[in-house]
Amino acid sequence: MAWFDDLLFTYQNLAVALGVNGLLALSMYVVLAVGQLSLGQAAFMGLGAYSSALMSLQLGWPFWAVLPLSCVVPVLFALAVGGPTLRLNGVYLAIATIGLGEVLRGVYLNVDVLGGAMGLSGIPEAAPLWLIYAMLALAVLVLWQVGKSGIGRAMEAMRLDETAALSMGVNIRRYRLATLCASAVLAGLAGALSAHSTDFIGPNDFGFEPAVTILSFALLGGIGSPFAPVLGAWLLTLLPEVLRPLADVRLVMNGAVIVVAVLFLPRGLLAWRMPRHVRPGRAA
Amino acid sequence: MLAQQLLNGLLLGATYALFALGFTLMFGVLRVVNLTYGFYFTAGAFLALWLTQAGAPLFLALPAAAIASGLIATLLDWLLLTRLRRAGADELASLMVTLGAVLALYAGMTAWLGPDIRRLPPGLIAAGALEAFGLRITLAQILILAACALLVGLLLWLMRGTRLGLAIRAMAERPDTAALMGIATARLAALVSFVSGALAGAGGVLIGLNFNAIHPYMGESMMLRGFVVIVVGGLGNIFGALVAGLLLGIIEVLTAGYISSGLKEAVAFALLVLVLWTRPAGLFGTTLARKA
Amino acid sequence: MLLQTSALSRHFAGLVAVDRVDLAIPQGGIHAVIGPNGAGKTTLFNLISGLATPTAGQISFAGQDITLLPADRRAQAGMARTFQNIRVFATMSVLDNALTGLHARLSASLPAIIARLPGFRRAERDAIARAQAALALVGLQDRAYTQAGALAYGDQRRLEIARAMAGGPRLLLLDEPAAGMNPAERAALATLIRAIAAQGTTVLLVEHDMPFVMGLSDSVTVLNFGRRIFAGPPGAARQDPGVIEAYIGHKAAVRLAGQAP
Repeated sequence: MAWFDDLLFTYQNLAVALGVNGLLALSMYVVLAVGQLSLGQAAFMGLGAYSSALMSLQLGWPFWAVLPLSCVVPVLFALAVGGPTLRLNGVYLAIATIGLGEVLRGVYLNVDVLGGAMGLSGIPEAAPLWLIYAMLALAVLVLWQVGKSGIGRAMEAMRLDETAALSMGVNIRRYRLATLCASAVLAGLAGALSAHSTDFIGPNDFGFEPAVTILSFALLGGIGSPFAPVLGAWLLTLLPEVLRPLADVRLVMNGAVIVVAVLFLPRGLLAWRMPRHVRPGRAA
Repeated sequence: MLAQQLLNGLLLGATYALFALGFTLMFGVLRVVNLTYGFYFTAGAFLALWLTQAGAPLFLALPAAAIASGLIATLLDWLLLTRLRRAGADELASLMVTLGAVLALYAGMTAWLGPDIRRLPPGLIAAGALEAFGLRITLAQILILAACALLVGLLLWLMRGTRLGLAIRAMAERPDTAALMGIATARLAALVSFVSGALAGAGGVLIGLNFNAIHPYMGESMMLRGFVVIVVGGLGNIFGALVAGLLLGIIEVLTAGYISSGLKEAVAFALLVLVLWTRPAGLFGTTLARKA
Repeated sequence: MLLQTSALSRHFAGLVAVDRVDLAIPQGGIHAVIGPNGAGKTTLFNLISGLATPTAGQISFAGQDITLLPADRRAQAGMARTFQNIRVFATMSVLDNALTGLHARLSASLPAIIARLPGFRRAERDAIARAQAALALVGLQDRAYTQAGALAYGDQRRLEIARAMAGGPRLLLLDEPAAGMNPAERAALATLIRAIAAQGTTVLLVEHDMPFVMGLSDSVTVLNFGRRIFAGPPGAARQDPGVIEAYIGHKAAVRLAGQAP
C-alpha cells in the first residue's frame, strides 16, 4: 500500500478540502432545504475553527474532547441571533447573515487572543483524514434518514409554500431555528476539522468569499438529496486542481462554471429528488 | 479635529452614497441583487486610469468612463439576466449567476492586469487645498463633492421630474402592471442597468481619485458597503441611500479616528445587522415591500 | 359550539375587512359563509385558521380560546383548511402531499428516525395507510406516485381536500372549493363534502356561489362589507331582503319587491 500512502501524502490537502467542503455544502443544504437563503455557514465555520483552535492551543485539551465542543459556540451563536434574523426573508436574510459574518471577521481581526490579522497558527494536526470522511458519511446518512421522514416532508413543504405548510401544522419558526442550528453544527465541525488538519486559520478564511463559495457548492450540485450538494462541493474543489495548468485562468473558469450551471441547469447537476416517505413495500 | 473628521467622513460618505445610489436603483427596480455591480466600479476606475494615461483631461475621462461602465452594465445584464427574468426564476438564481460572473470578471482582470495597485498620472488635479475655519479640503475633494452633488441631482431629476422616471417607478412598484400599461419593461431594464452602471463607474473614478489606488478587486469591498447603505437607507429609496451613505462615511471615519481603524468595517456591519433586526424597512421607511 | 367568534374584526389600513362578526358553528354538519366578492369571507377564514391576526374580538374552538394561537397550533388542535388559489406542494408526489397533512400527528424522535427504530417504522406505515385512505376518499388513490403539479386542476383541488382530511380534523375549512369547476365537477364535489360530513367532520365553507351552497348547507352566514347580515337556515336566507339586496343590488331588490304580487 506504499503507493496509496504516497498518493495520500501528495494530495493530503486536497483530500482534507474535499471532506471539509462536503460538510460545508451539507451545512448550506439544510437551510436551503427549508427555503432559507441564510449565508452564515462561513461564519459558523469560523466560530467552530476559532473556538476549537483556542481549546487546543490555550487549554491544551485533547482533540476527541475538542471536536464535539466545537459545535457549541456556533450553535449558541445561531440561537442568539436566530430569533431576530430568521424573521427576515430572501435576500434580506442573505444580507443579514453576510453582515453577521463580517462583524465576526472584524472581531477576529481585533481581538489579540484570536491572533488579529495573522490568525492562529501551530494548531495541532490532530484530525485524521478518516475521521473527516466518517463525519461526512454520518452527516449524509442522518440527513438522508431525516429527509425521508415526516421532518423531511415538512421541510420540503415549507420550502415550497410556507403558508400551506403552516396550515398543515408545521411550526415554521421552530423548523427555521432547528435547521439553522443543524447548519451551525455541520459548519462548526467542518471548521474544527479543517483547523486541526491545516495548522493555520485566519480571519479571511471565513469572510464573504467563502460564504458565497459554500452557497455555490449546494447550488451547483442541487438540493434534491444530500448527495447533490456534496457532489457540487467536490466538483468545485477539484476544478481548480484539474485546471491547475491553466494557472491564472482557473478562477475565471470557476466563475464561468457557476454561471453556466445556473443558466442551464437550474436544479443543479444532480436533479434527482429523494422520495419523501419510506416505501411501504410492494404489498401496500 | 472633530470638525475635520466630520468633513472627511462626509466626503467619504458622498462617494459611498454615489455608489449605493446605482445599487439601490438596480436592486429596487429590477428586483435582483446584481453582484456584478461592484465590477462596474472597478471598470470605471480602470477606464479613467487608461484615458488619463493617454492624456485625456479629467473632465472628459470621468464622463467617458461612466458611460462606458454603463454600457458594460447593460451588456452584462442582458447576457446574464434576461433569460432568468423571462423564465421568472427566483432571486437565488440571479444572485448565483451574477456571483459566478463577478468572480470570473475579477479573476479575469487580475489574470490580465495583475493584482498591483495602480496610480493615476500625477498632476491630474491641481494639488492645492482650501483652508478655512481650521478645516482643510483639497481640490480633489472639492471635485468629488461637486461631482457627487451633480450626479445625485441628475438622478433625482431623472426619477422625479421626467416621464421616464415615472415609468421606472411604476416598474419598481408593480412590474406586471407596468408591463400591461405598455411600459417596455425590457428596454427600461436596460436603461436602469445603464444608469446604475454609470453611477458605479463614476463612483469608481472618484474613489480612485480620493485614495489614488486602483486595483481589480476594489469593487468587492465596496459592494459590502453598498449592502450596508441600501439596507440602512431602505431598498430602492434614493433619499435613504444618500443619507445612509453619508452616515456610513462619517461612522467609518469616526470609528477609525477614535476607536480603531481595524474596527470600522465591523462597526458598519453591526449597524447593518441592527437595522435589519429592529427596522427591517430601513431607517427611512420605504414604499417597496421588504419581503423580497 | 365547535367554533365560535365574537365581535371578530380585522382592519387593514383604512379598510374594515371584517367588522364585528359573530359566528357560531355547532359540532357536525355543513355550514357556509357566503357573500358577494369583497365581503370579507377569505379574511374571515384567515382569521379563523390563524393566517391573519384579528384587530379585535375572540375566536374559540372546541371550548378553548384560540385567538392568539398561531396557525400551526390550530392545525394541531384539529383544524384543517384548503385555499382558494390552489396551494398543493407541486413538486412533491400526491402521496407526500397527503402525508404532510398528517404532520401534526407524527411525533417520532430524531434517534428513532435516524436508526429507523420499529416505532418510527410503525408510525410511518400507519401514516401512509391514513394518507392512502384520504386519497381514496377523494378518488385519487391511483395517482399516489404522480407529481402533484402534474394533476388536472380539479384533481389538485381534490388533493387539497385529501391533504386537509388526512389528519382527521374536527373542522374542515374549505375556501371557495367550487371555484373554476364545471357543473359536473361541482356535483361530484357536493357529494364529496356530504361524505366528509357524514364521517363526522364538521365542514365550514366559504363560497360566493349561492346555488351551490343552498342545496348543501345546514346553515349559512351571509357577509356584506365585512358585516354579518344574516345567520340561519339556507331557506330563510333566500327570502331575506337584506341578503337579496346585498347580492343583486338595492335598485334591483326594490324592483323585485315591486313585481311581487
